[in-house]
Amino acid sequence: MSRPARTPDGPRVKAAGPVAFGLDGLDALIAKLSESGYEVKGPVSRGGAVVPGSISGVDDLPAGVHDEQSPGSYRLTQGDDGRLFAWAVGPGSWKGEFFPAHQDVWRARVSDETIEFTEAVGEAAPLAIVGARPCEVRALEVLDRVLKEGTYRDPRYADRREAAFVAVVECASPASTCFCTSMGTGPGIEEGFDLALTEIDDEGGHRFVVRVGSDDGSEMLDGVPSVAADADDLEARARVLGGAAATMGRHLQTEGLAGLLARNMDHPRWSDVGERCLSCGNCTLVCPTCFCSDVHDTTDISGESSRARAWSSCFDLDHSYLHGGAVRASSSSRYRQWMTHKLSTWWDQFDTSGCVGCGRCVTWCPVGIDITEEAASIAASDGATRVSLPSTRGGS
Amino acid sequence: MHRVVERIRETGDVVTLCLEPVSGARLDFLPGQFNMLSVFGVGEVAISVSGAPRDAGPLRHTVRDVGAVTHALSESAAGDLIGVRGPFGSDWQITPVNAGVAMETRDVVVVAGGIGLAPLRGAVHELVAAQREGGGRVFLLVGAREPSQIVFNDDLEAWARDGAKVMVSVDRATTKWQGRVGLVTTLLGDAGFDPSNVRAMLCGPEIMMRFTARALVDMGVDPEAILVSLERNMQCGLGWCGHCQFGPLLLCRDGPIVAYAGLVSRLLSERER
Repeated sequence: MSRPARTPDGPRVKAAGPVAFGLDGLDALIAKLSESGYEVKGPVSRGGAVVPGSISGVDDLPAGVHDEQSPGSYRLTQGDDGRLFAWAVGPGSWKGEFFPAHQDVWRARVSDETIEFTEAVGEAAPLAIVGARPCEVRALEVLDRVLKEGTYRDPRYADRREAAFVAVVECASPASTCFCTSMGTGPGIEEGFDLALTEIDDEGGHRFVVRVGSDDGSEMLDGVPSVAADADDLEARARVLGGAAATMGRHLQTEGLAGLLARNMDHPRWSDVGERCLSCGNCTLVCPTCFCSDVHDTTDISGESSRARAWSSCFDLDHSYLHGGAVRASSSSRYRQWMTHKLSTWWDQFDTSGCVGCGRCVTWCPVGIDITEEAASIAASDGATRVSLPSTRGGS
Repeated sequence: MHRVVERIRETGDVVTLCLEPVSGARLDFLPGQFNMLSVFGVGEVAISVSGAPRDAGPLRHTVRDVGAVTHALSESAAGDLIGVRGPFGSDWQITPVNAGVAMETRDVVVVAGGIGLAPLRGAVHELVAAQREGGGRVFLLVGAREPSQIVFNDDLEAWARDGAKVMVSVDRATTKWQGRVGLVTTLLGDAGFDPSNVRAMLCGPEIMMRFTARALVDMGVDPEAILVSLERNMQCGLGWCGHCQFGPLLLCRDGPIVAYAGLVSRLLSERER
């Protein structure tokens, strides 16, 4: 029932206008991606959370799954609706698919004459993501600035990223911890995808409005049962996005924020949040843009040595280790490092915000520290400083 | 891959490793840049090059034994293999003599604390050579905790012979010490450079650079003319690992050598702990 839309650009561009398909269309798209050589992954409900996982059809997607999120709390609930994307982002971001939590860099064997290195290269099939959220696509673009577009290109990350197919699903159900509208990263998306889907479930039926963002996207739609999206479909999409924006749980005042934090490095709020922060690093692990990594060498008994890199966190004491001790010894200084990096110095380093407003750090903080609340508190008392008591150990 | 051709003991816990490439060309670098040195099976660490580009000899790095990798480096012997990645980072912006560029005629004051002289050593070689050719006068002020921790004594003598003004001060004197005692900042007033026409290069403990830079500014030195060499944990050298952040700076990319003026003077006065 394929019916490619006609466009003014001529017949060569297939399906350049929005199309609509039902579950059968989505199922066919997943099958076609798989047949085309992609390893297809999407959101799956596993271990009580919606996380990235392998999918082979719509049956693997979390039908009827909803979530309740608040600072320090995440719960899934099962509804009797058939919606597949009626949840907000879970703890696992797509970052890990391109920048794994642990990755071998090389292995080496030593002899008297030299050391032979073998580079660890991934042989994995290219990745197709079905069901990333707009905020997550924006987060990958933030990571691109660090690992793909800087002075040095990380080939492991960049090759996999460039080969990937991204079918984004616009957000209809933000959590109470979400603030993508503040960051300009959602709930809709206009570029940076191969296909963009919007899930609609109204009197017109359960269907997806699909927009094409690339030639690859257009090609994948070829043969997938779809119809041209009509005015009702497009209106329904607008209603979904409007509803999502209206139910956004949180807000972050971004205007002047980078400068606000830069000039409030001695604000008393840093001590206050340092008292609450456990330095557990959960926020950095769930964050879709945190890119810090450790590089470790290990040797095994055969005489082979390997170098690996693994995610690390600026909340680890060792993160700032410098001959003899940590530069940032207190929780207060580490939280300040993390938050000022996300919202302020990231701009200096990479000309973008390091935060996309996905709200994960708020939900997954075991004590419910809320980055939007911390920023608002500093904004409300701009210029306040910590009281300095006379030191008995001399000034520093 | 490089091979250790010589290990020179500088002090009780500081050695200089002289390295030759196992194959291929000698690594080009600018004074002040660093390399990532790795010891098989132990790990990798950022170490500034302590040689001078004008020396045709082996690649030199001076290492203090403070952690697992620097210990392994310190224990390495002639013939051992060392991994070298680099060079990385910014440099002291020295214009070499005969580069076909106008000679820098401003005085230059170089202030080093302890092993902080290592990243400056190549620069001082160039500056002393430039002074002989009509470049600015060189004032080298060296501070060390105690006399036994002064590095590059032979170089200090040679630079003084070649016309640099070399002053050394120690925090704690021993009975044999005939020289000055006190923080390196106490040398600034007596050095004799022209504060209105001088550039400065500082490398040492952060607190030393902070107070030295402030003292220089108080003397009338232009903050833009003061360069400092900053240090944070470095694991990749490529701007990927995030460890070397110092406020908005990624020091492997934006540093280690940066102008003191503005941002950096503020960063140095903010408490990070």
